[in-house]
Amino acid sequence: MATWRVATALFRKDLVAERRTKEVFTVILLFGLTVAVAFTFAYDPTREEARRIAGGLLWLAFLFSSVLGLNRAFARETANRCLEGLRLAPADPGAIYLGKLASNLLFLVLAELALLPVFGIFFDLTLWERPGWLLLILVLGTWGLVSLGTLFSAVSANTRMQELMLPLLLLPLTVPVLIAAIELTNVLLSGRPMAEASLWFKMLAGFDTIFTVLCWLLFGYVIEE
Amino acid sequence: MSDSTHHRLSLLLFAVTAALLLTAWYQVFLVVPTERTMGVIQRIFYIHMPSAIVAFHSFFVVFVASIGYLITRRAVWDRVAVSAAEVGTVFCAAVLISGPLWAKPVWGIWWTWDARLTTTLVLFLMFVGYLMVRRYVENADRRAVLSAVVGILGFVDVPLVYMANRWFRTQHPQPVIGGGEGSGLDAQMWVGVLWALAALHALAVFLFLQRYRLETLRTELVRLHREARV
Repeated sequence: MATWRVATALFRKDLVAERRTKEVFTVILLFGLTVAVAFTFAYDPTREEARRIAGGLLWLAFLFSSVLGLNRAFARETANRCLEGLRLAPADPGAIYLGKLASNLLFLVLAELALLPVFGIFFDLTLWERPGWLLLILVLGTWGLVSLGTLFSAVSANTRMQELMLPLLLLPLTVPVLIAAIELTNVLLSGRPMAEASLWFKMLAGFDTIFTVLCWLLFGYVIEE
Repeated sequence: MSDSTHHRLSLLLFAVTAALLLTAWYQVFLVVPTERTMGVIQRIFYIHMPSAIVAFHSFFVVFVASIGYLITRRAVWDRVAVSAAEVGTVFCAAVLISGPLWAKPVWGIWWTWDARLTTTLVLFLMFVGYLMVRRYVENADRRAVLSAVVGILGFVDVPLVYMANRWFRTQHPQPVIGGGEGSGLDAQMWVGVLWALAALHALAVFLFLQRYRLETLRTELVRLHREARV
């Protein structure tokens, strides 16, 4: 129960900080936007091509911007030695992880939802036909990225490379998330039945569960002094 | 381990490794039959496949040693982990170099995004990341803890990477990429494989012990430096 209270308190703290500064959300949104523009130069796709590669475009943009967002989110804890204060609190360090995970997940999914119409306009995609499935894919895929990303942003803040370390650690490990999320998005956008892709839902759900539990267990080691 | 025991053990292991390597190369180049369709180039297999197995074994050692370190906090586990990680990364690189050399003449391409190839490459990148983390953390205890966490997460991820790539590729037909190497291997070829496996494992153990020794000496040096300054 204490874990739950600490996690929700931290989550609320992040919401307040984000509502006042809007740093993480703005960074993700603007960076995602520039990536979308860069993609149009790289591929200049026709309507058919765009439909075929849309899953990849979307998730690469989400991946790159999530790396920036996660670094920013963790920098908030290291500034003013906030993390030290959290560590001193009589709370399970796993609860700190769960709180950060929840706020990171929320900010990223919100930024992704804001980015979707932009991609829809630039690449002439109809994204909103099955909103329930779309949201499920966004949440499960983003969860996979932030489950490891939240822990690795703490690891990389501990190295001399600082935030440069995060993508080096995160990208190889999240290969299964990327593949699954891209495949699911492609099935969704092509209008095929989602039952075709049930395997990928299982992959994402399995990945999210395994790494949320593992990172929750290991987070205490990462932030200890 | 004292200096002289280490020295004698090293020499003995060196002799065993050298003998095994010579026997294995003799088998591979002069005894085993030449494969019918691929020809002489198939002999790369005897380096390629055992290197892959040595690399996976090394990464398994990293995984176990990382857990051992987090539980016991004894520096010996960290030294085991870093030594195994470096040896494993070298053998993994050998797999990634010998693979394309063999693939080009046989498949006509250097690389294909097959599940096993992709997984090996991702595994290599993970452990390069692991070694990078080690390099960029100053404090020895922090370095041990952080790299142990990365080592555990990386190892757990490997089966998922493999499954994801396998499902991904089976949904898209690929150019012909021979069946499992294990399927229908000539008895004499097996002899060559086993010698190569033994030889490369001996080489890995030899390298591991040298690296372990080096890490011990480095720790000792840091300690002496600190004492001298006080």
